[in-house]
Amino acid sequence: SVSPGDTSVLAGLYGPAEAKVSKELPDRAALEVLLRPKVGLPGVMERSREQLLRQTCEAVVLGVLHPRTAISLVLQVLSDAGSLLSCCLNAACMALLDAGLPLAALFCGVTCALQPDGTILLDPTARQEQEARAILTFAIASSERKVLMANTKGSCSVEEMQQCLAAAQRAADTIFGFYRDSVRRRYSKS
Amino acid sequence: MAAERGVAAEALVGQVVLPGDLLLLPAHYSEDAEGERLRLSAGAAPQARLLCGPGLRRSGAGLLVTKCGLLRHRPAGGGAYWVDSQQKRYVPVKGDHVIGIVTIKAGDVFRLDVGGSEPASLSYLAFEGATKRNRPNVQVGDLVYGQFVVANKDMEPEMVCIDSSGKSSGMGVIGQDGFLFKVSLGLIRKLLAPKCEIIQELSQLYPFELVLGMNGRIWVKAKTIQQTLIIVNILEACEYMTAEQRKQALAKLSGN
Repeated sequence: SVSPGDTSVLAGLYGPAEAKVSKELPDRAALEVLLRPKVGLPGVMERSREQLLRQTCEAVVLGVLHPRTAISLVLQVLSDAGSLLSCCLNAACMALLDAGLPLAALFCGVTCALQPDGTILLDPTARQEQEARAILTFAIASSERKVLMANTKGSCSVEEMQQCLAAAQRAADTIFGFYRDSVRRRYSKS
Repeated sequence: MAAERGVAAEALVGQVVLPGDLLLLPAHYSEDAEGERLRLSAGAAPQARLLCGPGLRRSGAGLLVTKCGLLRHRPAGGGAYWVDSQQKRYVPVKGDHVIGIVTIKAGDVFRLDVGGSEPASLSYLAFEGATKRNRPNVQVGDLVYGQFVVANKDMEPEMVCIDSSGKSSGMGVIGQDGFLFKVSLGLIRKLLAPKCEIIQELSQLYPFELVLGMNGRIWVKAKTIQQTLIIVNILEACEYMTAEQRKQALAKLSGN
């Protein structure tokens, strides 16, 4: 489970397992993401987030090594205090790492909030998200910090988006350092 | 950022590597592919080829890491690099010895669950001394220890219980009683290493029979049910215990 601040998401990855004949793809693995909110049934927001996560994961997972199989990623929101989508992205990446699925690169999620006065806040809390003019979430890959996914809520100019992107790419270094440390700790025990 | 691309492979042996890391190989390996074609009568000995093991893929001039884990290197025979990673999910590999559970008996072929994405198939003739008249006695629910003869991503895996000379060499249906349980693949590899301390220490405790499958399954049988369960608990806990804790636990048990 990953929790920056108070937002907490639990991720579980199952696969590569047998796929239903209706869902199997002949040349690659079929990736499925299920996002469960803390209260209530999954709604339209969860479905759209699932699709964003699925497309990001498909870009990095080497699905061609496991054709006709199904990989399921289940995410459960434990608490939500802002920056939920980037928390889900980080949890998904750690689950992929932990399960030993072949990946071409790692990715991390960073949320930027654009304040009405133009300042950029990284990983905003729920209150800062409400006051912000625009919220941008980026999924950034570990290979040359390329952008895998960008999601915007609100309006901002192109220059502001570029600035947010640059800030997010710098912040991604910290997150990748965290991944490396946790993997090191895990392998230092055995 | 440019400096992160491509670290020399030798520098990272024994350290943790993450997917997306690019490892550079020493120059004489990458020359090999072109050198072989141009060298007609050079008389120089051919370069040994580098083996790229699990967790690594060739990409351009180097190796791309695809799984997280410790990087290992074996210099013998041209050299081999691989990533030692921990996982619980098994992916069938040709030549692996595994424990399968018979799920369906369909005519001449048994379907076995080996813990992968597809059930493996086992022909009834693939046992020692089996002929069309003399069929082996295998029922649904039996445990079978065999090896993969076909296992790739495109085809259904196939198993046999004889080796290349027709002898069973320990493979076949596993007998009655005993206890089957699942552990992670890393623990199995540790137990299969030559002169494994865990097995030596356990054998001083009670006598027991042990079958290790590369798919994470272990079958144990000791004289009484209680002894069997004690051995099962120790093997499961071995994954997280250090050597000290294990010796203490065994000393407590042998004292009882």
